[in-house]
Parts: sequence; structure tokens; C-alpha cells
Amino acid sequence: MDTQKAVIEVKGLNKWYGEFHVLKNIDLEVRRGERIVICGPSGSGKSTLIRCMNRLERHQEGAIFVDGTELTGNLKGIEKIRREVGMVFQNFNLFPHMTVLENLTLAPIWVRKMPRREAESTAMHYLDRVRISEQALKYPGQLSGGQQQRVAIARALCMSPDILLFDEPTSALDPEMIKEVLDVMVELAEERMTMVCVTHEMGFARTVADRIIFMDSGQIVEQNSPEEFFSNPQYDRTKLFLSQILQH
Amino acid sequence: MSTPIKAFIPDPPSPPPAAAIGVVHWLRENLFSNWFNSLLTIASLLLLAKAVPPLVSWALVNAVLTGGPELCDGTSGACWSFIGAKARVMLIGTYPAELEWRPLAAGVLFAGVVAATVSGRCKKRVLTAAWPLLFVAALWLIGGGAGLEPVDQSMWGGLMLSLGLAAVGILLSVPFGILLALGRQSKMTGISSLCVGFIELIRGVPLITILFMASVMMPLFLPINLQINNLLRVQVGIILFSSAYIAEVVRGGLQAIPRGQIDAAKALGLSSWMVTLFVVLPQALRHVLPSLIGRCIALFKDTSLVIIVGLLDFLGMAKAASQDQVWLGHEVEGYVFCAVVYWVICFGMSRYGRSLEKRGPKHNN
Ligand SMILES: Nc1ncnc2c1ncn2[C@@H]1O[C@H](COP(=O)(O)OP(=O)(O)OP(=O)(O)O)[C@@H](O)[C@H]1O
Ligand SMILES: [Mg+2]
Repeated sequence: MDTQKAVIEVKGLNKWYGEFHVLKNIDLEVRRGERIVICGPSGSGKSTLIRCMNRLERHQEGAIFVDGTELTGNLKGIEKIRREVGMVFQNFNLFPHMTVLENLTLAPIWVRKMPRREAESTAMHYLDRVRISEQALKYPGQLSGGQQQRVAIARALCMSPDILLFDEPTSALDPEMIKEVLDVMVELAEERMTMVCVTHEMGFARTVADRIIFMDSGQIVEQNSPEEFFSNPQYDRTKLFLSQILQH
Repeated sequence: MSTPIKAFIPDPPSPPPAAAIGVVHWLRENLFSNWFNSLLTIASLLLLAKAVPPLVSWALVNAVLTGGPELCDGTSGACWSFIGAKARVMLIGTYPAELEWRPLAAGVLFAGVVAATVSGRCKKRVLTAAWPLLFVAALWLIGGGAGLEPVDQSMWGGLMLSLGLAAVGILLSVPFGILLALGRQSKMTGISSLCVGFIELIRGVPLITILFMASVMMPLFLPINLQINNLLRVQVGIILFSSAYIAEVVRGGLQAIPRGQIDAAKALGLSSWMVTLFVVLPQALRHVLPSLIGRCIALFKDTSLVIIVGLLDFLGMAKAASQDQVWLGHEVEGYVFCAVVYWVICFGMSRYGRSLEKRGPKHNN
């Protein structure tokens, strides 16, 4: 798979919030089937970077290509790309006024124009995969955080995306629920789903990541395979971060 | 050596202590919780003791329920037979008596659709079709044409007119107000400033002024062949007025939607109109449902202002009826009757709003 083309290509990316330079000269390639973990201290621009990849944030300089298409101001083009790029958020962002099943079928029905029955059976299939099919008719507010996040993952999967983006999917969860979400993510990783995960779960990074990217103050400090990254960090900043995060 | 691991068994739940429930507890908690509350309770009881008996004797004990105007002379009670004699005109105005089955039929249809809506058992799609159809049918029944003898708009009046103005007003000003609120948020400055301008203009003027403009001034500006009738102009005035307020109510709801909801919807590939229609609006409207119902109730009550431009609605007809030479001096009964009917309808709307709030998703967090 290493011979395959990049599905996400970020070239010389710069982004500012007003005067504030959030992303500085980011270059990054994600190949098909690759599992990338992005980590770094709070405020280093991880969320901003990952949100640029499906253009929830606009960048000012540089270029991002997803599946060979450049992300520009063209709305129709963006919508087309977003269909193929699923995203899972820290706060789940399930639609509270819809049942779990409706959350899962909304986009397949309206974006993919899938017949309702087919969309529902696909939804049930993925709910089964995240082990939560008995909750299909409940509302998100009736579920625990871990259950909600698994529903959110299933919702993204229902669009059969090429790529999944995760933005700290376990940071809003109680310790008891983190594992149930990580288990689902590990399964996806084992199936060679292309994944870009912002996470501080270093156990997850160690076992499934192909590459770990460390960011600080809007820059990529270093990127390496998990073995190298943990045993042989190249920068003092990385060392400091690792010593802080691995303490507990 | 370690001790063997023990199984944790939670204690069974027990009922609350008896002191926390029961009538005496309720009284103490709600009416006599401290000396000030006790004082207020006693003062209110005294006031009620003074006010209620005369009211009961006027409204019930000494009241005249049936018979002609002569039976009411010299009684100290209410003359409810006045309401009976004037019921027709208060309900349907001066509509021709031989055709009164038509407004009656329209009223039955209206009640049917309202009942179907309130019951909550009908599919949304059916209701969305039923309401516009109801208006077409009611307009045809009341106004005539297409096989029915036409009845001029000047003969429409009474409760029928109030309900018609309010129902059409609510059904059109809610969607129009939502569009205005969305327009106000639009990124296109042309559209958003147009909406802001309209909303602020309307909100800066009292409804009476708008009704006057619609009724008196508009005909001066419009060319003769474009003249539309007075009732329609007034209806348009009410819709414009109400939609500006509804737009502001809805805007509050739109602003309360967390950004994550929109992000998640966009990330699924939904287009911006789908994001608005499926994710933002349903949540925003649910948020503002209490104020929205409040606006609808206000609109219904505001229809009583049309008397200013010469339309005789429910209240207007009650006033007109009390000026009848035969029944002179019974406007109090007329107004009390109006108040009761207005209250019943508004209270019904309020209760329906509450039931809508309770329906739907439950939130634990
Ligand atoms: N909409 C915004 N406007 C202005 N500044 C912003 C905005 N969003 C983020 N920032 C700033 O940009 C920087 C990077 O934010 P970002 O959310 O990408 O950080 P992060 O690495 O994801 O941090 P965390 O671990 O806390 O989620 C932060 O300093 C933040 O304050
Ligand atoms: Mg973040």
C-alpha cells in the first residue's frame, strides 16, 4: 500500500485567525490505508489542521488535495469531498432531535439518495458493528457518552467514507467509557481504514498507528513510526511532551 | 496471602420519609412556609371571600338564562339570554341567515383539522396538506363562487372573522417569519440588510398604524385596477406585523444552536439548505416554541384591533349587539362572554404548546 498515491495531500499550508498564525507551513501526506495519529499540546493547532482537511476551516495559503481534488471555495466540490471524508468530534455532535437511527440515515438518504429501507438496514449493520443496535430508536440524550460516540462513529461509517477524521474522540468521556470507543477504533484500524486521529491515547497510537505526528505552536515538529517516536524522539519539545503525557 | 474478593451488592432503594408527602405537607410548603407567605395567604383568602359571593350571585344565582329582554328588567343578575339572542351575530356577523349552514360547515371542518392536529396522531405530511386545503374550502364555503351564491366580505364578521384572520395569520406569518430570520442571518449583505430593514421598520410601528395604512392609505397609492379588498389588506397587514416579531423570536433560537451541530451536518456532506432544514431549524424552533406560541396567542388577541378599520370581529359584534335598542344595557354580559371565549381559545393554544414541548426527544444531559 505504500506504493499507492496520497489520499490527503497538504502542501505548504498556512492559516491565520485574524493576526494569529495557527498553522505554519504544514506539509503532510496520508496514503490510502494509512493510520495517522496527531498529538501535541493544547492550542498547537491539531483541531484546526484536521478541520482544514474537510474544509470546516478555510486556509489562506497553500493547498490541500483530497482524493486528488483541491479544496477550494467551490461549495459543490467541497460537499462532494465531505461525502467521502467522515468526521468524529470530541463532543459527539449527534443531532439531539433525531433518534439514533435517524441520525444515521439522514445523510445516506439525502446526500447519497439511498432508499430509506436500504439506508436503515445499512444503519443497523453499522450499529451492530459498534455493538449498540438495541439503542436504535432512542434519542442521543438517553445514551451514555461512550454510546453516543460509538453512534457518531457509526454515523460516519454509514456514508462509507474513504477517510475517517477523529478529533479527540475520547477526551470528553469518563475513563470507563474510553475503552469501548477505542475498541471500535482499533477494529477500524485493523481493517485498514484510512484514519487521521487527533488523540492523546498513546496506547492506541502505539498499537495501531503507522505514523505519529507531533505538533507544537502550529508546526509539525516531527513525525515518525510509533517505535521510533516513543523510544527515540528527535526534539527536546517532543521529549518534554512525552514525559508529561506518559506520566499518568 | 490476599483476602478473597467480595461481590458488591447495592442496597435496595427505600421510599421517602412520610413527612415529605401528603396534604398537610403541601400546605405548609406552599402556603405557610414563613410568616410573610402566611400573611399573603390569609390576605388572599379574605379578598376572595369578599369578591367571590357577589360574582357568583351575579353570574349564576340571580342570572336570567332564557326569555326575552323584558325578563331582564330590574334583575340584579346577569342577563345571559342576551348572549343567546345575539349568539348568531357574534359568531358569524351579518351573514345571510338562509346561508348560515356554510360558515357552520367551514367551522366544523376547522374544528376537525384542529382536532386532528392537536391529537398528534396524524402524519405531518397529511396535516401540511390539510391546512391549506381547509383554507381553500373555508374561503369557498364562506365567500361563495364556483357554484355557491357569493356572499360579500362586508357581511363576514364575528368570531368567524377573528378565527379566520388569526388562523391565516399564524399559518402564513410563521413560515414568513422563519424566512425573515434566515434571511437576516444570510451571508449576502443585500438579503440580510433587506430583512433587518423590514423587521426593524415593522417593529417600530404599532399594529394599529399598520392596519390604518393597509386599510386607508394603501388604496390611495394603488392604481384603481389593482385594488384589493379591505379584508385582504388587513390580513396582509397582520401577517407582516406578526412575521417581524416571529422572525426575532426565531433568530434567538437560531443563535442558540451550537456550532458543532452545523459542523457535524456539513461533515456528512449535507448541503447548506439541508443543514438548515434538517438540523438547525427543527432544533431552533423547539428552543423557541414557548415564545412562538406566545406570539400566536398575541396575534389572535390582536385581531380584535381590526374594529379600528371598520371590520366587526367577535368583540366588535358584541359591542354592536349591545347597542341594539331592544337589549340596551347588556354590554357587560357581552364582554364577559367574549372574555371567556378568548380565554378558552388562548388557554387551549397555551396547553397545546406545552404538550408540544413535552413531546419529542428526552434529554438526560
Ligand atoms: N475560531 C477561532 N478564532 C480564533 N482563534 C482560534 C479559533 N479556533 C482556535 N483558535 C486558536 O487557535 C489555536 C489552535 O487551536 P486548535 O483548536 O487547533 O488547538 P488544538 O491543538 O486542537 O488544542 P486542543 O488540544 O485544546 O483541542 C488555539 O490557540 C486557539 O485559541
Ligand atoms: Mg482540539
